[in-house]
Amino acid sequence: MNLLRSLFARDTGGTILLALLGLAAVLVPICNLALDPGTPLHVSTYTMALLGKYLCYALLAIAVDLVWGYLGILTLGHGAFFALGGYAMGMYLMRQIGARGVYGNPVLPDFMVFLNWQHLPWFWHGFNWFWFAALMVLLVPGLLALVFGWFTFRSRVSGVYLSIMTQALTYALMLAFFRNEMGFGGNNGLTDFKEILGFPLQADTTRAGLFVASALALAGGYLGCRHITGSRLGRVCRAIRDQEDRVRFLGYRVEDAKLWVFTFSAMLAGIAGALYVPQVGIINPTEFSPLASIEIVVWVAVGGRSTLYGAVIGALMVNYAKSFLTAAMPDAWLFCLGALFVLVTLFLPDGVAGLLRRRKRATTGTAPVLPAAPGETRP
Amino acid sequence: MPATCPFLRPPGAIRHLALLLLICLLLVPVSGRGDEGGFDQGIGLLASRDFSGKAAGIDLLAESGDARAKTILEALLAGRLFHVKKSGRLVVAEKNGRTYLLTDALTSAPAGTAKKRALKKVTINNRLRTGIKSALARLALRDPDPGVRLAAVNAMLSTLNQESIGLLTRLRKEEKDSRVRDALATAIDIGRLRSGDPALRSKALARLDGNLDPVVRNELIRLLDTEKDETVRRQAQATLASIERRIALSGLAETLFFGLSMGSVLVLAAIGLAITFGVIGVINMAHGELIMLGAYTTYVLQQLLPHSIGLALLLSVPAAFLVSGGVGILIEKTVIRFLYGRPLETLLATFGISLVLQQAVRTIFSPLNRSVATPAWMSGMIQINPVLSLTVNRLTILAFAALVFAGLLWTMKKSSIGLQVRAVAQNRAMARAMGVRAARVDALTFGLGSGIAGMAGVALSQLTNVGPNLGQAYIIDSFMVVVFGGVGNLWGTLLGGLTLGVANKFMEPWTGAVLAKILILVFIILFIQKRPSGLFPRKGRAEV
Amino acid sequence: MTMLESMRSYMRRDQVFEFLIPDTPPDLDLSHGMILYLEGITVSFDGFVAIDNLNLYIRDAELRCIIGPNGAGKTTMMDIITGKTRPDSGSAWFGQQINLLRLSEPEIARAGIGRKFQKPTVFGHHTVFENLELAMAGERGVWSTLAARLDGEQRDRIDEILALIGLQELVRVRAGALSHGQKQWLEIGMLLAQNPRLLLVDEPVAGMTGQEMERTAELLTSLAGTHTVVVVEHDMDFVRSIARTVTVLHQGSVLAEGSMDEIQNDQRVIDVYLGD
Repeated sequence: MNLLRSLFARDTGGTILLALLGLAAVLVPICNLALDPGTPLHVSTYTMALLGKYLCYALLAIAVDLVWGYLGILTLGHGAFFALGGYAMGMYLMRQIGARGVYGNPVLPDFMVFLNWQHLPWFWHGFNWFWFAALMVLLVPGLLALVFGWFTFRSRVSGVYLSIMTQALTYALMLAFFRNEMGFGGNNGLTDFKEILGFPLQADTTRAGLFVASALALAGGYLGCRHITGSRLGRVCRAIRDQEDRVRFLGYRVEDAKLWVFTFSAMLAGIAGALYVPQVGIINPTEFSPLASIEIVVWVAVGGRSTLYGAVIGALMVNYAKSFLTAAMPDAWLFCLGALFVLVTLFLPDGVAGLLRRRKRATTGTAPVLPAAPGETRP
Repeated sequence: MPATCPFLRPPGAIRHLALLLLICLLLVPVSGRGDEGGFDQGIGLLASRDFSGKAAGIDLLAESGDARAKTILEALLAGRLFHVKKSGRLVVAEKNGRTYLLTDALTSAPAGTAKKRALKKVTINNRLRTGIKSALARLALRDPDPGVRLAAVNAMLSTLNQESIGLLTRLRKEEKDSRVRDALATAIDIGRLRSGDPALRSKALARLDGNLDPVVRNELIRLLDTEKDETVRRQAQATLASIERRIALSGLAETLFFGLSMGSVLVLAAIGLAITFGVIGVINMAHGELIMLGAYTTYVLQQLLPHSIGLALLLSVPAAFLVSGGVGILIEKTVIRFLYGRPLETLLATFGISLVLQQAVRTIFSPLNRSVATPAWMSGMIQINPVLSLTVNRLTILAFAALVFAGLLWTMKKSSIGLQVRAVAQNRAMARAMGVRAARVDALTFGLGSGIAGMAGVALSQLTNVGPNLGQAYIIDSFMVVVFGGVGNLWGTLLGGLTLGVANKFMEPWTGAVLAKILILVFIILFIQKRPSGLFPRKGRAEV
Repeated sequence: MTMLESMRSYMRRDQVFEFLIPDTPPDLDLSHGMILYLEGITVSFDGFVAIDNLNLYIRDAELRCIIGPNGAGKTTMMDIITGKTRPDSGSAWFGQQINLLRLSEPEIARAGIGRKFQKPTVFGHHTVFENLELAMAGERGVWSTLAARLDGEQRDRIDEILALIGLQELVRVRAGALSHGQKQWLEIGMLLAQNPRLLLVDEPVAGMTGQEMERTAELLTSLAGTHTVVVVEHDMDFVRSIARTVTVLHQGSVLAEGSMDEIQNDQRVIDVYLGD
């Protein structure tokens, strides 16, 4: 309890965020399930699924903010971890279909029957158990991040090099997952899911359950990241972000800190992906596309990097705008997204959270502490 | 043709006599060409009632070497050769609704129309059909066009016999075109391989050694199956082995060529990035879109000059340089200038610009791919040997890349702007103190790098379709080349691009294109582990 | 005694077989009274020889000043000792047992070498207190830093250091907002918090007032005795005020070594300084 109090003491934004999350987790399912569709406060199942999707994106944004805002690693490949978590969950959901597929094969998913495969590939075994899939949701992205990080951080690849490397990573995975021979459904991906843990996915109650799970995951992810950033490890991370070399001369193994925080962040992204897939009903290789990953960075930039609640705000705002614009003016969305990149980097380096803080300072009258430009130097 | 008239419809007895005479004539080898009499006799014999007479006529036509024979025989084969019942005139008839449109078979002049009733078809049977085909082949062997002669020789390979070898040998003596002569020699030797005399087979083998024509290889494999004579058999084995070695070598050369071609494209795409990244430390994520703009410039110019595609292509090289360079300078002046020293932010902002450019192209042109025509002087192939031919467009792009690289190298090393650029890259503050206008140099450098991206787009438009996503595929590859070669080193970029291209193409047969790409990416990640600053690192005192 | 020594040499056979050398650096062995050996070190960058066959020995607990004109290789020498630059040839030993050329920067720092940079490098986004906390000697692993809390003793030590460097009032201020001189003091404070055996101090008094310089001199001399201090400095008055032994570097190697008086009368040194 003491720990929690100290957590909230200097984190007003986070406290508000957690309170709102708790409120949403209770109210949205009630408004969906208990109120008649006619009443003004009724939340449609579509809206609830959309909100649940946003919450998954917000968790993903927190994961990116943890490595970008606090560790200085501009990752352009976090979509890969998100998608891997999603695929792990998708494989479980595929196995749950059983004989109800189009071809009625009790073991093989439809696309394998279509490709004339006789046996389930070895890496599909075990995914009929939920606990195994849940473990893989954490392990696969975590392991990939660990291996990737071990190679790149040890060789002190940093800055834009590292960013492009992460982009290459997700690009390579996208190419691989587009191949039918990989055994993940090729460009169609995994879809037509029927039920999760025995509950039908189309039912409102299941949807409400998934929404609550997403809200809880986001709250848990937030608290986990908050715990890291509030610890001495968090201070080491920010020191690495600002002056990596100096931290080495203090005796800290920069690679280790980067590696473990990066891996933790990848696992968070995996969880977000796993919750995302049953709510949208499909996972396909476009989740690996470099654009998808770089969009996450924009959410964080808009919300304000280095503030975890800012990442959540950014994810919700940008995705709401995206839902609205792609429906209203499909052509305009990419223009807006592009302009958002440019405008935020030029005029709003601290994002919306930065604006909020500035306003707060202006009203309380405390002098702003110079936020010197982060220690990025030309190569 | 009054001269042919007496033969057109001779009475029965005379006709038989004439036939006998002609068969005798046939036994005398017909040498030389343009035998007017033979042609006329052949035409006459086509009117025979029995097929043997027609066969003799066909042979006569084939041997005559007359230019008209080919059309007539083809019409005969297609069942379009008729006699007009009344006049006995030989015509080629084209069905036109209910009537037939006639052309005189001998003069090629239009001969009006006729009802079917007024015509009598020159009938043929299966045996004659075979005869006509072989006659056409022999005619083709004497065709004035060397290409047709070459095709005829190759077509004869499957039906070689003692007689046709004799014919080929005769033709070879008269042949002027060296390629046709070579093909004839090959055909003759292949024919000899099938002869019963081991000595002849052995001699043929010796001559066929090193011949890469696929038919030779197939023939040798067939020979090994049937050959009884041990020495000839062994000789054939050795010959086949040596041919296969050469084929493998040619295959290697072809892969190398494809690799270099891909490498040259990579170098073209990456070298602009190498300049902007090496000199001003900026990763321009819109670089791929600047390439795309260059490709679209080519497309637009071709639309403006639809009748001179080659000229449009040549014009589009400077045009693309200006368009992409201009857009690049615009980007530098409006966005990047405010973000110097913050490479990660620059990366994000330029990525945003790339999205805008992509969507702009999608809105202005179309989300669909556009194809850019290749001018005649860039299409086709250069055949080195029967199994190795190089496409001209790839060769041109290879040369173009070399030219661009040389030009760029010269600009950087010799011109005053290059000197300023290098000065700014090495020590900004010092350069400024020496009176170099660093901001202007930055803009120019960025424009130069962007302009080269535009020129790369012109080259790419000749290899792939032009679409809004054209550039996206190249930004990661380009960056890999820059990283691999070492930042700020033009030679490194050249070597890096060519190496990656060649490595990719050599891996493709084993792994497939996608896996090859993935493996290359993994390799570069591992490579950076060993050599963090690329193949050609810049060394210097470390500063905190 | 002889038996003990022979036993010890026997124990050192770990140096014979590479795979027997333990991963963690062995404890600092100062049995010969020398703390740092640099022998035959040569470094060149793109053909420019920054350090040329440098030989330098530092005794345990001494205060050594290193002077030399610009480009003499002073900073490069520090880079080599702290593991930032690897020499082309030569050897660098910390005590009898620790081969510095085999260790990474964090390992060298943990073995007991601390460094203050020429340009003050503190963490601008962290408060003064956090800067000192990060430098504080203690666990450096990922998991232990995640759980680390300052104990009372460490807090007292930080307060002590704050008083020493005169930044008690500014303890919650971001280091980026400090003046140049305050940053210098903060970095010295971080060095003290790190509590290394060997302190490498690069131009400590640049940007300080005369009074502050005196305090720095006092601090450094008081440290010598329990710590070994190597100071690189341009300010001759400051060097004179603290120096016992002075080493002059020129063109990457040692030109002269001795007391301040000896150095000032050395003709070669005069030539180098006046000839510039």
